[in-house]
Amino acid sequence: MIYYDKLIFELSAPGRKGYTLPANRYPVHAAVPGTLRRAEAPALPEVSEPDVVRHYTNLSQMNFGVDTGFYPLGSCTMKYNPKINEEIAAMPSFTGLHPLQPSETVQGALEVYWETEQALRALTGLEAFTFNPCAGAHGELTGLMIIKRYHELRGDTARTKIIVPDSAHGTNPASAAVAGFEVVEVKSLENGRIDVEALKELLGPDVAGIMMTNPNTLGLFETEIKTIAALVHEAGGLLYYDGANMNPLMGVVRPGDMGFDVMHLNLHKTFSTPHGGGGPGSGPVGVAPHLVRCLPLPRVIREADGHFSLLGAEENSAGKVSGFLGNFGVILRALAYIKMLGRQNVRRVGELSTLGANYIKECLKDVYKLPIEGVCKHEFVFDGLVNDGAREGVPGATTLDVAKRLLDYGFHAPTIYFPLLFHQALMIEPTETESKETLDRFIAVMRQIAAEAAEDPDILHNAPHDTPVRRPDETQAARNPILKAL
Amino acid sequence: MSGFPYFPHTEGDISAMLSRIGAASLKDLYADVPEEFLLKGEPDLPDALSEEEVRAWFSRIGAKNQPLKVFVGGGVYDHYTPSVVPYILSRSEFLTAYTPYQCEISQGTLRYIFEYQSMICALTGMGVSNASMYDGPTAAAEAVRMAVASAKKRTRVLVSEGLFPQVLEVVRTYAHYGGITVDTVPVMKGQTCPNCLRGALAEGDVAGVLVPQINRYGIIEDHSGFAEAVHGAGALLIEYCDPSALAVIKTPAEWGADIAVGDGQALGIPMSFGGPYVGFMAVKKDHLRKLPGRIVGETVDRDGKRAYVLTLQAREQHIRRAKATSNICSNQSLMALFATVYLSLLGPEGLREVNRLSADGAAYLHGQLLATGLFEEAFPGKPFLKEFTLVSKIPAATLQKHLAKAGFFGALDLGEGRVSFAVTERRTKEEIDALVACVKEVRL
Repeated sequence: MIYYDKLIFELSAPGRKGYTLPANRYPVHAAVPGTLRRAEAPALPEVSEPDVVRHYTNLSQMNFGVDTGFYPLGSCTMKYNPKINEEIAAMPSFTGLHPLQPSETVQGALEVYWETEQALRALTGLEAFTFNPCAGAHGELTGLMIIKRYHELRGDTARTKIIVPDSAHGTNPASAAVAGFEVVEVKSLENGRIDVEALKELLGPDVAGIMMTNPNTLGLFETEIKTIAALVHEAGGLLYYDGANMNPLMGVVRPGDMGFDVMHLNLHKTFSTPHGGGGPGSGPVGVAPHLVRCLPLPRVIREADGHFSLLGAEENSAGKVSGFLGNFGVILRALAYIKMLGRQNVRRVGELSTLGANYIKECLKDVYKLPIEGVCKHEFVFDGLVNDGAREGVPGATTLDVAKRLLDYGFHAPTIYFPLLFHQALMIEPTETESKETLDRFIAVMRQIAAEAAEDPDILHNAPHDTPVRRPDETQAARNPILKAL
Repeated sequence: MSGFPYFPHTEGDISAMLSRIGAASLKDLYADVPEEFLLKGEPDLPDALSEEEVRAWFSRIGAKNQPLKVFVGGGVYDHYTPSVVPYILSRSEFLTAYTPYQCEISQGTLRYIFEYQSMICALTGMGVSNASMYDGPTAAAEAVRMAVASAKKRTRVLVSEGLFPQVLEVVRTYAHYGGITVDTVPVMKGQTCPNCLRGALAEGDVAGVLVPQINRYGIIEDHSGFAEAVHGAGALLIEYCDPSALAVIKTPAEWGADIAVGDGQALGIPMSFGGPYVGFMAVKKDHLRKLPGRIVGETVDRDGKRAYVLTLQAREQHIRRAKATSNICSNQSLMALFATVYLSLLGPEGLREVNRLSADGAAYLHGQLLATGLFEEAFPGKPFLKEFTLVSKIPAATLQKHLAKAGFFGALDLGEGRVSFAVTERRTKEEIDALVACVKEVRL
């Protein structure tokens, strides 16, 4: 990667232009009254088309994507993004549709929603899905609104609490708070699973539900899930499934069968759509039969005659959570992926992602601390180096140092310092689309880094050495915020 | 059949990896899952298709959509997309990256977000922008939450009935679950009624007021005195804006707003049946710490080079968990890049020309439709840009259906006999003439 130090504004010169527009042939000219006009033109750049193309190409070359290399970012499922998906999402027969067009004129688009819903039903064991949430966290929020609505409709307004395990993704408690719930944390046991006894003490008439990830954020299957589901349901609560960790279960286990009532999926994780540097994603929410009436609006419905229509009104609905029907372009990509996989290949997604994670874990656990032994699912967590090289006057190498050193070797870093259960967490998720050769190379580099740490931790402290920029001064960024150019 | 193009593993690789793990089979890796939860057989999905078959399937389904010349807005506009924009967005270094957590290998993403924030500030006149929201309606809903969080004990917000219905409904939904009371301010003579606003403010307990700069009737609202009244009541003023129109009309900052939100779709983003678009949110500098979402800041690296990082993260969910300003994490980053590249190409002059062409086209269509005698002005004399509203003598549904048959999407039904039309620079005078000719043929 080559350092390139321009902002687009720095290429600007008055009079340059990067566009063409048709000649104005209208006989009338509209005029905005002076009192409603802005005083000065906005300070946007004036640049030529080649300036723009070269500038953003240069910027892109300071970026690392899945197409660049291995991206073992735990809980993010950075799998390969198939190229056919992009072609499908760019078809003019889909991109040219206005969201308010009469439904007779968008039957194809509505069928895409319906087909995707059928596939997600088959994979999750749930009854119906909404596609309106635009991201995973948006799906969580929507799911919690559905839970709240369900209790409201039953006239049960005393259920103000949501239980969240201490290992949960940070979004879980944040989503619960935005949905107007009080968050109660349930502890994990030494073996990384939910403490069922502690859970029992929390359950009661004030609990609306529990948010779980299974496998959890340590990559461990919650073996007591059947008991947990029974206890929560008995207490009148609902079970929410955070689909961030759905990948190892693809084609193998269905959340609906385990007793979950509501879940979201991350199409930009499990269903291969590109993450785009932080979105657009898509977070469809699935529900069990008793919650279908609470799904947000609008919803795509298939009529008895095979035509599709939009359900726009339903008094029991949780409401409206985004402008229209979510990120349609992302849903198209996910459906293309489902069509490619088909019934024949989907199970391999789960199995191979699980295989890769266990393989890395076993090959590295002598040099990185493995806090909990045993088989994992698609990801696992190390708690720092076995030998961090600490000595008189020289602090040991931390997880941050390991992560930064990985960048020098051409790998993206794992998720670090999460989950919060461990101080030096390194969360590794390889996905099913990485070859054994890639994993072997990663393992060799991780061992090399461990050896460097033991010998001279400063090599790690000073990493990265070979990236376009080195460690930034984050304190200065926060203390004296510069948040825009000019 | 064995082998699949997205899975690199040979059978030999699988055996070698299993043996290193000490497992006999792939099934063994699920030994900790209770037997009753293991799926028996294949899930009920369709058969795997070849790439060519997938392409054919989508072509067939796509052909079931009817392509229409769009003469409607309602918050989504058929603006032109320069070919450079999708070309840049398809670069895999942007497309296939995650959120820029490792800033040393994410300077590309971080820099364009910084440029995006700068451009949103330039358009709105506000001090600080975040890295993007999902869409306009959710940005408005988050702004309302932010106003209530800033006001501490007050939980009531006022929203204009002039907002697009999808904005109002999403705001209402978020508010319902957040314990926020939403009261509406009516539209009188085509604009959010100033006296009604003052009256509602006088009732007290107001944390925020959300009003559209350009309302659902297409009218550019006059918000003179709004900021004074809202601030006088101790509340925050939130303006819902069309970022394209901001090239010419008064900015939210000039109206004295505290928060500006809206949808970036009008910046050449394909309509794509509702998404992906990009919501934006910009605030006065004093409100920085309450701003939801990601923010990129400039700093230097340890060698003194200019570098960009995600900053002020103490507001966010992964640090603050239940106490975060919002639960948003993934937003619409790639669509923020879309807006940034679009605005770079168009510049201030291009954006002004887009508005000029759209507004002149709309004025022309407005005149031609009135001349048919089938319509009357809904709000005589009120200023509009690319979208306007008429009272139709033909029932809206009849008109819309008739136009669709001829390949037009026009006459959005606003109720009470009102229909709206929109024109962008993508429509030609010939298309407008054809639409008007078609309207004249409607049989009542």
